[in-house]
Amino acid sequence: MRFTRSKALVVTVGLALSLAACGDAGSDDTETTDVDVAENAADKFEDGTAMKELAEDGSITIGVKFDQPGIGFKGATDDAPKGFDPEIGKILAADLGIPADKIKWKETISANREPFLQEGEVDLVIASYSITDERRAIVGQAGPYYVTGQQLLVRSDSDIESIEDIKGLDVCSVTGSTSLDNVKAEGAKPRGFDTYSECVDQVLDGTVDAMTTDGAILLGYAAENPDELKVVVDPFSEERYGVGYSPDRPEMCQWITDTLEKAEDDGAWDEAFEATLGQSGVETPDAPALDECA
Amino acid sequence: MDAVFSNFDEVLKAFGLTLGLFVVSGIGSLIWGTVLAVFRVGPVSVLNKVAACYVTLFRNTPLLMIFIFMAIAMPRLGYTFNFIEDVSIGGWQVSGFFFRSCLALTLYTSAFVCEAIRSGVNAVDLGQAEASRAIGLTFNQSMRLVVLPQALRAVVPPLTSVQVALAKNTSVAAAFGIAEATATMRGLVNQNGDQLYGIFIAFAIGYIIIVEAISFSSYAIERRLKVAR
Repeated sequence: MRFTRSKALVVTVGLALSLAACGDAGSDDTETTDVDVAENAADKFEDGTAMKELAEDGSITIGVKFDQPGIGFKGATDDAPKGFDPEIGKILAADLGIPADKIKWKETISANREPFLQEGEVDLVIASYSITDERRAIVGQAGPYYVTGQQLLVRSDSDIESIEDIKGLDVCSVTGSTSLDNVKAEGAKPRGFDTYSECVDQVLDGTVDAMTTDGAILLGYAAENPDELKVVVDPFSEERYGVGYSPDRPEMCQWITDTLEKAEDDGAWDEAFEATLGQSGVETPDAPALDECA
Repeated sequence: MDAVFSNFDEVLKAFGLTLGLFVVSGIGSLIWGTVLAVFRVGPVSVLNKVAACYVTLFRNTPLLMIFIFMAIAMPRLGYTFNFIEDVSIGGWQVSGFFFRSCLALTLYTSAFVCEAIRSGVNAVDLGQAEASRAIGLTFNQSMRLVVLPQALRAVVPPLTSVQVALAKNTSVAAAFGIAEATATMRGLVNQNGDQLYGIFIAFAIGYIIIVEAISFSSYAIERRLKVAR
């Protein structure tokens, strides 16, 4: 263990040096924030609550996406995922007295978020997890901690200006996503791919006319390729990202809501946004108002 | 299973696309596979080798890689096959995505069809080919009239397996722009996380119906072609 860790250190330092040698090649790296970890956190929670157990345990398992730049992304060589969702996870964990390196990040794809929560595979899901009634019927969702909307990513020379323009055109997104259903309702031909990056490639190739998903993700891709891609159309859906928790642990709702509210008040939320989604050049929006816990 | 029934027309449309992929690639692979098999057993040495190379290449490459090549690499090389979008069959427009998926499935499945038919040709008694040559038939004639009919009769069960595999392999297209059954299932699961198992079961039943239909028609063909021994 010690050996592999020191090897990893050598590799990391080597990479960092070689990146430094390439001038500013490392500048697009997403920064991460430092969050103050609460001390003696376990004392403030009542016995028998999930928060008490997690705080005493000193570790937490959080499900995030690994394939959405800016939101939740883990490169092949990264140790931990980066993005707005992991930052929110760090804020929540810190309130339990758990430092960032004690968080176990687990990749959750869209289809396994509910089963992971129901079976206790993860303690929280923070994975661009839109709040819906169907989901709230079987798992807990607190939030929203972020509100975004669906937009279109097109080639710079594209004529698409409004949502009506996509009628009859090929529009891609990730197979099975709500975004695809929404553009289908607008008359576009839905084209599902396994990952967002394959979808972006199809837009660049000219095989599809546009890519669609939450605006924040599209801005990330447009920022990577500003000469060839642009984001158009006002958001035409409202996605309210929430934090998922186990249906057997309803007491977590109030704690998540309080912690997020505190983060929005003391600037930790703004900091998390600026370090991640804010990198694409968008202004930091006002933090959304949180739902009441039932 | 509420979600399945309230979106039943969507589900039917999705299985329609699955069937479309299966039928087009099934016919395509039977034709191209038979041609390859004739190449492999024929007297022209160059064609022998070409067909053998083809089979080796496509049988050893995972289907997913062939799909990635067809759907993602080819457009980047400038071959989008979008000209096919001018074709429309009975009001339904053929999309470039459908064409590329069928191409990938056909190229892959043909290698297996070729080997199944070749095994059938090997099963035909050598005397049959010699006798047909003796009465003055050319290679084409003896293949068409004597050898292939007997060979095909022997290979109905293995060809059925190949086609059943093809029917299930159409699900790979879900990740390449086709809203077929598996892609639609993922959409329904995403929207109705509370009905996960019901949706899975409904779509599994859909695939079972397709595969059983293939199996039953193959039994029927097998019975009709059976030789009295």
